[in-house]
Amino acid sequence: MTARATQAGRAGRIELADVAIRLGQGEAAFDVVENVRLTIPAGQFVCLLGPSGCGKSTLLGALAGHLAPSRGRVSLDGETVAGPHPERGIVFQQHTLLPWKRALDNVAFGPKMRGLARGERLAQARAFLALVGLADFAERYPAELSGGMQQRVEIARVLINAPRVLLMDEPFGALDAQTRLMMQELLLDIWTRLPTTVVFVTHDIDEALFLADRVLVMSARPGRILEDIPLDFARPRGRDLVTDPGFVDLKRRCLDLLRPRDGKPPLPRLTPLGLPGVEAA
Amino acid sequence: MSGAVIDAAAPALPARSGTGRPAGTFRPSLPVRRLALRAGALGLGLLAWHLAASYRLDLGLVTFRNVPTPLDVARATAALAQSPKLGAHVGASLVRVLSGFLLALAAGVALGLAIGRSRTARDLLLPPLEVLRPIPAVAWIPLAILMFPSSELSMVFITFTGALFPILLNTVHGAEGASPRLVASVRSLGAGRSAILREVVIPAAAPSIVTGAAIGMGTAWFCLVTAEMISGQYGIGYFTWESYTLQNYDDIVVGMLLIGLLGMGSSALVRAAGGLAMPWARAGVRS
Repeated sequence: MTARATQAGRAGRIELADVAIRLGQGEAAFDVVENVRLTIPAGQFVCLLGPSGCGKSTLLGALAGHLAPSRGRVSLDGETVAGPHPERGIVFQQHTLLPWKRALDNVAFGPKMRGLARGERLAQARAFLALVGLADFAERYPAELSGGMQQRVEIARVLINAPRVLLMDEPFGALDAQTRLMMQELLLDIWTRLPTTVVFVTHDIDEALFLADRVLVMSARPGRILEDIPLDFARPRGRDLVTDPGFVDLKRRCLDLLRPRDGKPPLPRLTPLGLPGVEAA
Repeated sequence: MSGAVIDAAAPALPARSGTGRPAGTFRPSLPVRRLALRAGALGLGLLAWHLAASYRLDLGLVTFRNVPTPLDVARATAALAQSPKLGAHVGASLVRVLSGFLLALAAGVALGLAIGRSRTARDLLLPPLEVLRPIPAVAWIPLAILMFPSSELSMVFITFTGALFPILLNTVHGAEGASPRLVASVRSLGAGRSAILREVVIPAAAPSIVTGAAIGMGTAWFCLVTAEMISGQYGIGYFTWESYTLQNYDDIVVGMLLIGLLGMGSSALVRAAGGLAMPWARAGVRS
């Protein structure tokens, strides 16, 4: 554990080799993504940008280990991803906090699974709640928190495991515009203090360009990587970045790439757990 | 114009604070009117009973000729309350119902969780249980007598069969309802099979388990008279049945009322215990 923490700066290199993912059963099965070839160096902040249903969340599900690729190989620091693991923490669009645990106990969940003593894990959890600005809300149940607060707890709960990779599936997509901007700044602030590789899925171009070191634009289904755009805007980034001419140029380029060509209606959203029905079941 | 707004708001403030209630609470949780209605309904029921019994109403299909009046029942209740037999009867029934209920709770929750989470367990356990489920407690009596060496055990078994199925079916329902999203997310946080069961499935099923337990507690009492008809010298159900054979008609109603009250009280206790064990269920209401 400690050895991993000290090398956190280096660890976290993601490789996708010719990855394809099929969802659905029998006749109804279809390729969601295909031929994804990609390397993400350790510590990079990558945004996956694409239209709804293009498979960006599916790809994230494969990185998390919730979905197995039908072809190719997903690996982290050379080890093949074979299932979920706390080293690859994931934050979903709708929070998945345990309703029966207070915010503090939700954050302490990972350390509890590692067998850390109660006092020690609660102290750690308090520190991580403070990191996301919720020190005063430790005793609240998730139902007593706002949407933005719930996502903060969710982020703290993942980060307490010192993950090599932070996977985020439109984590701020369900929040109001104001809260969303605040959460983006909070996330960048945390990321400078606890550097990990971040793979952040969004369909919001501004969000992708504001956050990332690198934006990967995906095509409609079957999802493929259309364009790999490196961003070199200086950090720390402020809100005035969005009016920077360079930012506006890139935004125009992304809008162009994402414009639907065939006039088909948008596809239903997929999730990192597979088809949407799987969640409802 | 702004003056009109101030004028309109001004008298409202003292009026609201005058009621002495926090703002936003427009009525107390149970208004006097509704309490009066409930008490009135009980009173009317008693009055109808009293009239029917004291005039020995005979409707042809049903007759009140042998039914005691509320006053007779009250007198018999007072007599029983002073007799040392009351404690023995209630105590014997409580022990039987509680043993049957606790065994059913353990078996129902364990089987229910297994059936709700594992397809193999479901295929193995559900078909035989579905066959046993519709069999009423009375139908078990002869076999229970043959199967158990002591009549005490066979009575506990009868209350057990009554409580088992509501608890089992509600637990299955609750365990199936555990969200796959929550399960997936705790797996990403390092939870294995047993931790998923402990931290996600059981808490998610808890409200259903409490509902099942409250219903099961009710049916355990429901089956008690049936069970105590088997034998024994003590128990409320035995007391009720014995009163009939001894033609103490007042005591029949006393026994029935005791069963009703004890059943209602213990179901309420189960719900209250469930509420204490699930503080998060109140959190949603508070926010």
